[in-house]
Amino acid sequence: MSMPRLLAEGVLRRALTEPAPQGLGLVELGPAFVEAARRRLGRSLSIRQVDAGSCNACELEIHALSNAYYDLERFGLRFVASPRHADVLMVTGPVTSNMRQALERTWAATPAPKWVVAVGGCAIDGGLFAGGYACASGIADVLAVDVWIPGCPPSPTALLQGLLALLNADRRQPGA
Amino acid sequence: MTWAARTVDADGWRAAIELLAAGRRTLTSLWGADDGVRMALHGEGEAAILALPCPAGGYPSVGAHHAPAIRLERALADLYGLRPEGALDTRPWLDHGRWTVRHPLGDAEPSAGPTSYAFLAAEGESLHQIPVGPVHAGIIEPGHFRFTAAGETVVRLEERLGYLHRGLQGRMIGGDLAGAAKLAGRACGDSTVAYALAFALAAESALGAEPPARARWLRALMAELERLANHLGDIGAICNDAAFALLHAHSSVLREQVLRAADACFGHRLMMDCIVPGGVAADLSDEGAQTMRALTNTVRQRFELLVDLYDDTASLQDRMVGTGRVSPELAARFGAGGFVGRASGRAFDAREAFAYAPYEALDFEVPARQDGDVNARVWIRIEEVRQSLSLVEQILARLPEGPIRASVPAGSGENAALVEGFRGDVFVWLKLEAGQVAGVCLRDPSWFQWPLLEAAIEGNIVADFPLCNKSFNCAYAGVDL
Repeated sequence: MSMPRLLAEGVLRRALTEPAPQGLGLVELGPAFVEAARRRLGRSLSIRQVDAGSCNACELEIHALSNAYYDLERFGLRFVASPRHADVLMVTGPVTSNMRQALERTWAATPAPKWVVAVGGCAIDGGLFAGGYACASGIADVLAVDVWIPGCPPSPTALLQGLLALLNADRRQPGA
Repeated sequence: MTWAARTVDADGWRAAIELLAAGRRTLTSLWGADDGVRMALHGEGEAAILALPCPAGGYPSVGAHHAPAIRLERALADLYGLRPEGALDTRPWLDHGRWTVRHPLGDAEPSAGPTSYAFLAAEGESLHQIPVGPVHAGIIEPGHFRFTAAGETVVRLEERLGYLHRGLQGRMIGGDLAGAAKLAGRACGDSTVAYALAFALAAESALGAEPPARARWLRALMAELERLANHLGDIGAICNDAAFALLHAHSSVLREQVLRAADACFGHRLMMDCIVPGGVAADLSDEGAQTMRALTNTVRQRFELLVDLYDDTASLQDRMVGTGRVSPELAARFGAGGFVGRASGRAFDAREAFAYAPYEALDFEVPARQDGDVNARVWIRIEEVRQSLSLVEQILARLPEGPIRASVPAGSGENAALVEGFRGDVFVWLKLEAGQVAGVCLRDPSWFQWPLLEAAIEGNIVADFPLCNKSFNCAYAGVDL
């Protein structure tokens, strides 16, 4: 009979959800992004994640954003199943040669205005794989990047900082 | 068991193929080196690594007689250009024609560019194909699934992988041990501890180095934490794919608590780079041990509530029981490890079979079932969560004092290690020359699980594929490398 107990606890107990992280941490924002975001973004973003050569560690931490501690959706941020519904492509990995076309097609299928968030060390500069026979040296080799979230993998807190920077770009200076 | 290496001729190679085909040995891996092909196999109390020189660039196909070798041979042909003679399937596997070169680890030549890929045929009335991927609908690794269906029923599924090939093994070759160890920890993110452990054990046995006792015990602690975190995540995610979000929400909280405890104790949520050749990079403080004890108490208590919830929910059982069945014969033939093998009667566990320290001194059981469906794979995970909680507690109670890292000489040698990751047995073979990596093979357990997923979905409805797939939770990056 654990269903009634778990449901009752869910109502009666204090939520595990933690306050939003403050500041940008190690996150960097591109100037073009800040300008465009000021004009165009509202209080909600739909995100399409694309794994372009990650080891899956970044994906594990992106998944963690949906758990009760981080509760991504309270900020108006949500992951969507199709690039047609997305404002943002969140891309991991150095961009393997075998994934490059799929990434380009996903970007082409995303309606403007749209932004690119590069997640993790590999996505930023290719990481340990830069310059190999089978991959590019980061997302910027293929798409223009607007937000960089470093880490191997970035913690859910760092990911939240980066995503909140997207929403709050009109109230923050880059690097603040 | 330890790995015995020997060089064979073509007849010796064929004799090994016969043992595999007769079911007397399990294929562990098949890979290329600078001097030919290697095959690792074990069974009947022995484990061997066979080396077959291939001066003419060909070797007798293993896959022609033993299906689990087919994709390994195709990958080997792509990377080294070595031809399996008599092979039935000679399509490329990792090489999609988009690399700068062909045969990057053998005699490299410029790539001829992308070619079309012929999927296996399915013939009959009113069949239709559903192509899925490489970009999937969720936050998942990329791969292509080609379904052929009759109405809602899957007639054939064929997987095409390789999208995540980063050239990881090639990156290791020619580099030093420390750099290669970092790369090993990034073969497959959810199994970073298992890979780092297998790599460290292979390097230490190749060089005759001995890590301190405390390091061995801390490694086991990390390995069990990784198993706990992944199984907790999987159990919830499988239920979520049957639209039962309540269990997913609660098990995600437990997974997060494991990761936070790992971060507090070892400085990284996934414990990446915490295991290094020679020992471990982070020690467990007294405070850390307290954190671990509190963690096992909380998880143990909360988890049993979730097990009851899983077992008591009839609508969930309706989706799980009987779905995506794998026969014990198939699991045995493919040497499927982890929950995929154990749910179908193959009770192999490298912690038990290879008894690497400190597991020979710890009490644990290897659960096994015969039913082989999604439900069985969930229950194996449930039992393993309980076992891992017990193992963590045993390790904390008996953790020896002393140093955590020994120096590793920059020598030469080659050897292998097989360790039990959460998904199954991870194999690493390493050849070192004067401190540099001269050859390497990382073999993920999913090499022998992906083909069984194709068998499991046959005759099920398309809508049950996410459920089957999640119950397997095969690695993409670990296979593509």
